[in-house]
Amino acid sequence: MSASDHLIPVVVSKVVEVNSIIKRFEFKHIHGNELPAFSGGAHIVVEMLDGSTKRKNAYSLMSSPFERGQYAISVRRDDDGRGGSKFMHEKVEAGMKMNISAPVNLFSLDLRARKHLMIAGGIGITPFIAQMAQASELGAPFELHYAARTAAQAAYMDSLQDRFGDNVTCYCDDAGGGPDLAELLSDQPLGTHVYVCGPKGMIEAVVKTATDLGWPAAHIHFEHFLSPPVGQAFSVHLAKAGIDIAVGPEQSLLEAIEASGTPVNCLCRGGACGQCETRVVTCDGDIAHNDHWLDDDQRASKQFIMPCVSRFRGERLELDL
Amino acid sequence: MSESLIEESILSRPTYGTLAIAPGLAHYFVADASGAECVIRVAQAAPKGFMEKVHILYVPTPGENALITALYALGAKRFEHFPTIDDAIARLGDWLADAKMGSQLYLAGTEGLIGQAVAKGEECGLDHTAVQCEHRGSLARRVQCVHCKTMIEKVTTQPVKCPSCDLLLLVRDHYSRRLAAFQGVCINAEDPTEEVEIREVFK
Amino acid sequence: MTIQFRNETFRNDFTYANSPGNIPRFPFPFPEDVYMYSTNVEPHHATRAGSPFEHAFDVDEHYVAEMKDRALVLADDPGRCQALPHMETAGWDFVELVMVSKARDYPDLFELTIDGDRWHWINKPLQIDDTFIFGDSSALPCHPMEYIGRQVQGDHAILDQRDGNLWLDAGIITAQADWSLDFDVGMNFFEWHAPVPLAHELGVFQRALKFLLSLPQGQPSRRLNWTLTVNPRLDTSPENYPKWGPDRTTVTPENIGEKIHLRVELQTFWRLPRSNAILFPIRTYLMAMNEVVTQPKWGRRLHRVMRDLRPELVEYKGLSRYHPILVEWLSQFDDGAPTSPGIFPD
Repeated sequence: MSASDHLIPVVVSKVVEVNSIIKRFEFKHIHGNELPAFSGGAHIVVEMLDGSTKRKNAYSLMSSPFERGQYAISVRRDDDGRGGSKFMHEKVEAGMKMNISAPVNLFSLDLRARKHLMIAGGIGITPFIAQMAQASELGAPFELHYAARTAAQAAYMDSLQDRFGDNVTCYCDDAGGGPDLAELLSDQPLGTHVYVCGPKGMIEAVVKTATDLGWPAAHIHFEHFLSPPVGQAFSVHLAKAGIDIAVGPEQSLLEAIEASGTPVNCLCRGGACGQCETRVVTCDGDIAHNDHWLDDDQRASKQFIMPCVSRFRGERLELDL
Repeated sequence: MSESLIEESILSRPTYGTLAIAPGLAHYFVADASGAECVIRVAQAAPKGFMEKVHILYVPTPGENALITALYALGAKRFEHFPTIDDAIARLGDWLADAKMGSQLYLAGTEGLIGQAVAKGEECGLDHTAVQCEHRGSLARRVQCVHCKTMIEKVTTQPVKCPSCDLLLLVRDHYSRRLAAFQGVCINAEDPTEEVEIREVFK
Repeated sequence: MTIQFRNETFRNDFTYANSPGNIPRFPFPFPEDVYMYSTNVEPHHATRAGSPFEHAFDVDEHYVAEMKDRALVLADDPGRCQALPHMETAGWDFVELVMVSKARDYPDLFELTIDGDRWHWINKPLQIDDTFIFGDSSALPCHPMEYIGRQVQGDHAILDQRDGNLWLDAGIITAQADWSLDFDVGMNFFEWHAPVPLAHELGVFQRALKFLLSLPQGQPSRRLNWTLTVNPRLDTSPENYPKWGPDRTTVTPENIGEKIHLRVELQTFWRLPRSNAILFPIRTYLMAMNEVVTQPKWGRRLHRVMRDLRPELVEYKGLSRYHPILVEWLSQFDDGAPTSPGIFPD
């Protein structure tokens, strides 16, 4: 069972070019129905039918959780990726019909927090836009620190400052760089929760700085924006189903399993949530573990794989599916 | 040294470790007489400058002064002692109200003290998973009578008679962090005429 | 279909009973002749018209009487309804889910009109007609969870999701099988289930937690749980154990049929949208042994299940005092014939 088994039919109501690398897409229910309410930090899975290829990518909802008429996501174009963002940028236009999953939240606010401290890098801003709308509505104190490479690439920076005023501080690499994390994290009231979403280096820096200062792990939240990497084609044997499947260079193993009609759990499709963890029956070769879920021992054992992001190179891979 | 000997039990029953310095901007210690030695042990092994970030709350045994002197001599930034756990916990609340993230909480002594300090920490926004606890001294339990909700302190017997509703309570291992108490449930509710022997078990 | 709501009690004179037409729709909890713990979860989608699985929140002939009993419990002990401060959003999610579901599934009994934030709710069986602003708790007489919890059968726990665990941070619990909300509120999934024997070792709770953490919106699930209760008493809380405990000594071979009730919990699990919490309704159905054995398949199977029940479970479920005479009594309904699979009567 997974959220993407029950898709919601939508129509693309608007496509906005936010800057040279980011486009915003808005969706309405195909019959004009209300879309499900959600909580800030939730994502949806967008199904892309690109000729004979079916891709499913997860994108954070950036629209207000209180807006049921439409959803909005932002997609950063990645020309080196599997083609999902390229498809969104090049093929998707207003009026197109698509399918999306119900919202899933793996990056929710801890509603007990005395204060929400949000740190965003680049396109990692999107979940925070919804979270800030939620925190404002709840009257919960929050603060956003948003860093981008250049002012030209800093999507929504101006509008967020207009909307949330002094709660938002912006930083650009071409104008002095990001926040001083040690200073920022040393001066937060007890009961603050920190949330970070952005490039890997930024997430690691926030987690390390906070941990070194003595923040408990339960107060540190992060969301990796990981899309399945491309690679060489490979084939896999599914032991229970008794079939061999082929995984294309720009297809994820998870997508190939789904395409074969074999049931598999999943949620985030980005190697973070652990739902698709699958037992390896035989592995004669090397698994490229691209996930954030398995620990080093599990990886070394070659007994587990996260099909949403991981790939294989070698003679034979047999999974317990 | 009377190290804690708590038997393995159900998953709601707290377990305790050994205090060790964790990274932090400020370090809060709360101890009673049985836990004072743990604070002294940590302080003596601490790196230079550590005590400047340390705040100690202490609940002595009535009439005892030696440990007060010893704790005072550690040279903490703040040191206060109170005659009761309740008073010390109230002061902990005052201190934590002004505290910042990066504060560490260390608790040492009896379960009643540890439990109430953990609950106060959570109330002030400090996640219980981040609190270090070292159990020392008596295994006497703080028990909530599930029937009349009375909190019974320093329970050493199994069962125990509720001083408020007079029911004879089985002291379970089921523990509430929010209440900082074990659960007491009537042991002979089905047949109140049943005689039950009262034994001293939480020493 | 109009439901005739029964005027009955769950205490003192215990006038509760199932009408003959209500008996076959009882959610008999044993799909096989043996019982052991399992997570036995299935999707909670409409199943079998007339069964308790037909609608999101089943309303039956006991609705009005159960809500009266809940009001009595809450008047006596307000601690049966508690919500930690961060659970208000979840309370409103619960309001929405129940009102939307009931107005859709029972249009003759419940009406909901939504005009922007302004909601108009009519509950005909309980004679409630209220208008309020959705999300504004000051417009309600109490916490949103309590407001709607007084209008829906079954206990309701709300579980906050964080740090890879579920936290019992709110609930309205007046018909429980011997657990205390006041004591357990704030506990995580493992702590709150800590007193349950065997299941931890079997990994039941680890699997259940993993399942629940990934529960998607709009795809609720359900499972059945069971115990036995002497007399049709809803409030078998630990708080009131001295009131109901002595009932267990009153069972004799002569009165088993009317005294002992099979107590079934229809547990459902719902992802709530705005709070990302999980709503956990625990709907209790009670049926006297005399009523159960009117269905020959159930009589046969219940005898086999009770006869072969593990001793730890006999103890945990509080059946020790009368278990042997119950098995003996049930044996008269078991001719040894095979039973058909599944829970529904033949």
